[in-house]
Amino acid sequence: MTWQGWAEIALTLVLTVAIAWPLGIHLARVLEGRATPLDPLLRPVERAILALAGPQAATSQTWLGYTAALLAFNVAGFVLLYAVLMLQGMLPLNPLKLAGLSPDLAFNTAISFVTNTNWQAYSGETTMSNLSQMVGLTVQNFLSGATGIAIVGALARAFAAHRGEGLGNFWRDVVRVSLHVLLPLSVVMAVVLAVQGVPQTLAQHIDITTLEGAHQTLVVGPVASQEAIKQIGTNGGGFFNANSAHPFENPSPLTNLIAMIAMNGLAFGCVVAFGRIAGARKEARALVAAMALLLAVAAGAIYLAETQATPALLQAGLASAPNMEGKEVRFGAAASAVFAAMTTGASCGAVNAMHESFTPLGGGVALFLIQLGEILPGGVGSGLYGVVVMALLSVFVAGLMVGRTPEYLGKKVEAREIKFAMLAVLILPLAILGLTAVAAVLPVALKGLSASGPHGFTELLYAYSSGGGNNGSAFAGINANSPWWNDTMALDMLLGRFGYIVPVMAMAGAIVAKPKLAPSAGTLPSDNGLFIGLLIGVILILGGLQFFPALALGPLVEHFQMLARTAAPLR
Amino acid sequence: MLNQLRPAVMSLLALTLLLGLAYPLAMTGLAQAVVPNAANGSLVRVGGRVVGSRLIGQMFTRPDYLQGRPSAAGDGYDPTQSGGSNLGPLDPKLADRIAKSAAALGGDRRTLPADAVTTSASGLDPDISPEFARRQVARIAAARHMDAAAVQALIDQHTEGRFAGLIGEPRVNVLAVNLALDQRFRTGKPQS
Amino acid sequence: MASALSAQSPVRGMIQRAATDALVKLDPRKLAGNPVILTTEVVAVLASFSTVAEIASHRPAAFAGQIAGWLWATVLFANFAESIAEGRGKAAADALRAARVDTKAKLIVDQATGTTVPTSAHKLAVGDIVLVEAGDMIPADGEIIEGVASVNEAAITGESAPVIRESGGDRSAVTGGTTVVSDWIKVQVTAAQGDSFLDRMIAMVEGADRRKTPNEIALAVLLAGLTLIFLIAVASLVGLGRYSGVVIDPVILGALFVCLIPTTIGGLLSAIGIAGMDRLLKFNVLATSGRAVEAAGDVDTLLLDKTGTITFGNRMATEVISAPGLAPDAALRAAMMASLADETPEGRSIVELANSQGVAGEAPPDAISIPFSATTRLSGLEIGNMTWRKGAVDALLGHLGMTRADMAPELSQAVDRVARSGGTPLAVAEGTRLVGVIHLKDVVKPNVKARFADLRRMGLRTVMITGDNPLTAAAIASEAGVDDFLAEATPEDKLRLIRDEQARGRLVAMCGDGANDAPALAQADVGVAMQTGAQAAREAGNMVDLDSDPTKVIEIVEVGKQMLITRGALTTFSIANDVAKYFAIIPALFVVSLPALGALNVMQLASPQSAILSAVIFNALVIVALIPLALRGVKYRAIGAGALLGRNLAIYGLGGVVAPFIGIKLIDLIVHNLGLA
Repeated sequence: MTWQGWAEIALTLVLTVAIAWPLGIHLARVLEGRATPLDPLLRPVERAILALAGPQAATSQTWLGYTAALLAFNVAGFVLLYAVLMLQGMLPLNPLKLAGLSPDLAFNTAISFVTNTNWQAYSGETTMSNLSQMVGLTVQNFLSGATGIAIVGALARAFAAHRGEGLGNFWRDVVRVSLHVLLPLSVVMAVVLAVQGVPQTLAQHIDITTLEGAHQTLVVGPVASQEAIKQIGTNGGGFFNANSAHPFENPSPLTNLIAMIAMNGLAFGCVVAFGRIAGARKEARALVAAMALLLAVAAGAIYLAETQATPALLQAGLASAPNMEGKEVRFGAAASAVFAAMTTGASCGAVNAMHESFTPLGGGVALFLIQLGEILPGGVGSGLYGVVVMALLSVFVAGLMVGRTPEYLGKKVEAREIKFAMLAVLILPLAILGLTAVAAVLPVALKGLSASGPHGFTELLYAYSSGGGNNGSAFAGINANSPWWNDTMALDMLLGRFGYIVPVMAMAGAIVAKPKLAPSAGTLPSDNGLFIGLLIGVILILGGLQFFPALALGPLVEHFQMLARTAAPLR
Repeated sequence: MLNQLRPAVMSLLALTLLLGLAYPLAMTGLAQAVVPNAANGSLVRVGGRVVGSRLIGQMFTRPDYLQGRPSAAGDGYDPTQSGGSNLGPLDPKLADRIAKSAAALGGDRRTLPADAVTTSASGLDPDISPEFARRQVARIAAARHMDAAAVQALIDQHTEGRFAGLIGEPRVNVLAVNLALDQRFRTGKPQS
Repeated sequence: MASALSAQSPVRGMIQRAATDALVKLDPRKLAGNPVILTTEVVAVLASFSTVAEIASHRPAAFAGQIAGWLWATVLFANFAESIAEGRGKAAADALRAARVDTKAKLIVDQATGTTVPTSAHKLAVGDIVLVEAGDMIPADGEIIEGVASVNEAAITGESAPVIRESGGDRSAVTGGTTVVSDWIKVQVTAAQGDSFLDRMIAMVEGADRRKTPNEIALAVLLAGLTLIFLIAVASLVGLGRYSGVVIDPVILGALFVCLIPTTIGGLLSAIGIAGMDRLLKFNVLATSGRAVEAAGDVDTLLLDKTGTITFGNRMATEVISAPGLAPDAALRAAMMASLADETPEGRSIVELANSQGVAGEAPPDAISIPFSATTRLSGLEIGNMTWRKGAVDALLGHLGMTRADMAPELSQAVDRVARSGGTPLAVAEGTRLVGVIHLKDVVKPNVKARFADLRRMGLRTVMITGDNPLTAAAIASEAGVDDFLAEATPEDKLRLIRDEQARGRLVAMCGDGANDAPALAQADVGVAMQTGAQAAREAGNMVDLDSDPTKVIEIVEVGKQMLITRGALTTFSIANDVAKYFAIIPALFVVSLPALGALNVMQLASPQSAILSAVIFNALVIVALIPLALRGVKYRAIGAGALLGRNLAIYGLGGVVAPFIGIKLIDLIVHNLGLA
């Protein structure tokens, strides 16, 4: 542990939260249909696309209409991506003549990118042509993120309305978010990354002879353009197998800092935008505070865990050293720890260090962050609606304790909202624990694990948690490219994404129709420290109660085993 | 949902053209024009011959070269198979491997830096810690029949500190040091 | 307040009845509305089968048997809580039923002649007209269409002093089961047998048609959701455990499941609701539904009639200002003389004021009183050729043939000053001479200001409704400390005010008794009708105050809040409890296969079996321990929402995390030392 390490973690989080405000204010303008500085350039494109989309893109939609549009868009995106991946061998921009993917891998990968998960059962450098990376994966990196952000608009409008009906128009939202938010941010970041050494070329392989005379094949491609939206859209699907640990994706501590700010900044910004549209700026600030506090604690916990020497190092006679297995020298323990917390807190899934080689507690905290429902700060959009569900539940249980029917942001929380909120919350344990429990007894699933014992269990649990939470990171020793894994992971990702979105949209439909109540001295304040504490408590207890037994069998038991071994290293 | 078919298909196609083709191609054009070296992989040339990328680690085994970390990418530093060992902290395979690496490096194990015996996340880590570099000075100096202080000075020259004093860790780019070694002390060339 | 409703049956009897009831409620059909407890019962049945199977195969069954036993106890305790809450209501209902004896009604069959035919009360139909004479019990709810009578309504209100009921106006409603004490009335029946006020009261008190309130439904959904989540978490343990080589005894799995699901709040939920209604009954307020009680907790705006609620109904004289040039007590004496024959409270207060200032007098036998009449708006006394008169200023001036301009400036100023201060000025004349001005003041009840301050801290806005002019209203409003007032209010104004408030997203409570209050009572979210009020008002409101005390609205709001607070507190407590239960059961479950997990046994429980048994026992006993709290309710404090939340979170949230660690440890010590596991 070094003071620079702590300072780096603190600085990263402060910068990330600070940038959320300009991003959120801009996003709110975009969702509200107001003018933005890039209008002269982008408005004509926006108009053209919406004109192509037809009259459906011009009406105000009920929650059903909005959800139907959202699902239709995602189904279309899935079909296109699946086709591109299957037909890769026949398509251009494929200098290495890579063949199409197997049906189950193409299915898994298409679901993975449409659901903003970016679980990668393949290795990027040997599987994907440049066309697949661009037209297939990069496009869904944009659109799955834009889908999530669109819901921010719908949900915020639901809270702002007084006995309303419409939640806005999905087509308008998704197109405007893509054009006015994601595209400009990606352009800026791609340029910065390219300057810093991230390749941006249409070549794919460069063969060289090293100083010692050995042969080495460098893999390059249009990396910077994809890397930018991969982080900004909390996608996390790397161009390369090593993801953000790869020097071509993340060449320096500076690009690493930018990557971290990018992968959490817009997610926090979604909360800010929600607050502005819903007329609840202070409440949004409280949500940001709760999310950021938990994230900071998690980052600190992982840093503490990763600076402990592991039994393997102690046994080899090293006195004390950080756990550098699976970490890059340029990042060290601090930047790896805070990156791990931010990527698992954000349902991003990019990694700059190998979580599987983390200490049990370090990896366990990352795993728990995913299981908490990807709300710290969560994926773009999805983090916001996840935390709003948590806020509703917190307000409901504790709000009763002030002696009123609970209300949040002026909307009463009643049976319908609770029903949909609970449906949404149920999906995660159902998908994660259900699939893990089944896989835990099936040889066909266990075959894919690279470890045995508690560590293998954590590998298994992490995989399904990552899929259900739409994170996409992994205990990467797992070999998940088999029909069983490809299909069950696809199911896991679908449940975690749309099994959550549909109840949330139904909840928005119930909320929009309610009268907007004026706050009084008897209303539970949802913008102060007490509420922040309450929300943190509910998030931790609800998440902990669901996953404690499973965590006990994985990271916890492994941790105690490690303690026993580090206590007697020379046994 | 059927009436959403047209907007779904039309907007998807339009956005695909814009975001999947126009955006990456424009970025490629821009990067190639403005920062061609960085955009093409930060390649390093010696006498016109490409010997590697500044950003990608290489396998160094010779005693007169600064050596990098153990690598789990393929047979070591294979960019087509980037990745880490993915061994858990309690995995016996990890303990064995680390013990072997430590034995091979020799010297006082208690002061051995962790990066010397661990594989990186990418398997392509171009850097090592200054402590690990320092431990190799005597060996390099001996192999090249040169003054240890000169080798250390060269390593110091290629040591990068934390960005802004806070961000990241101090590190030594192995390929850069080895290129500089070759350039200044021709004696290090292999006697083939 | 010695109402039939507050009748107490002996405590022991109640507990016995509740215990029997708890057994009856084991019928799964009766538990259908309570998924958490029904689930517990299912697990108890399975655990019992498991025990029997163990015994049948000659394996040790003591542990499984004890678990099964405590699971059954959990269900019984929850049922017992509900029964004991219902007990009070049942006792009250029995008392009410006694009033519903069948009487012979005098049915008028011929309007013209008034011929009556004795008819059994339960054969009366809506629209029938009956004659009720002194000593008769009124056979059914109805409206007086002719006559005046004093009626003893003790059967319903517990108040034995008879009240006057007469045709026309706001006191025309009579209730079946009450008794006419003097005179006679003709009553048109308005409610069929079985649907009468008394019937509805009995049903309500008994909780027979108790439907879940919106908040109860929402809470039940939450609890059902949590139950499902824990079902997933526990069921998945079978597979997860198998991977780690842990074979889990199904009985233990069931025990873990029951410990995790929110049995505490699930078991006490309906008791809390019933107890809330019951607390209202103690205040002699009858709510037509639990929904109304709940809405009371949410009220933002309280409309209060000035008269009777904020001020004493009667104005009182506080000073008499003399005309210039007269002896200081001349005007006081004149005012007294003018009031000697005035039996109204105002008149009496003038005499009292004079007496208290040493001016006394009595009306001689030959005095002739001049009664108040609506045309003259004056009253007074005449002794021989001396007359004293008092009345509204312009009325008296008119009588004397004067105008305001003719008044002495001092008196004219006094009139303005009195009006501005919220009082009513009366002028007094001796003979034909204006001698002074009486200040009649609306006296604000003591304590109301403090109560309104409490309400403000609870987040309620108070609005005073009065027929006074705006000037008077403003003065009283500021003295009483209400937030706003509506002056010169007509019933239409009231209705409009309620609608405006509701449009702004506020919930409104009001009380009223007149027939013209009915629309407003119906429009308000909480409408409290006075038992003495018009039938229309009683029908329109969703609560009836048997004491007819309009200040009761404040207590009603508090009871509503208390009910919600109790639910929230016990839910929080219930969920927080799970943390400790995990730390008891999870290590016990896995420690044999994964010894390292023994480190999680932070409570140092004696053995895996005693850990699990202790958690189950704690889970069952905590229901019993919390029954008194559920019935009494968590105390409401008007300290603002934030402070209240902080306080309750500390007690029921943090307390809920800590308490079971201590409780389970203690039980473990006992279980272990008794050798039970």
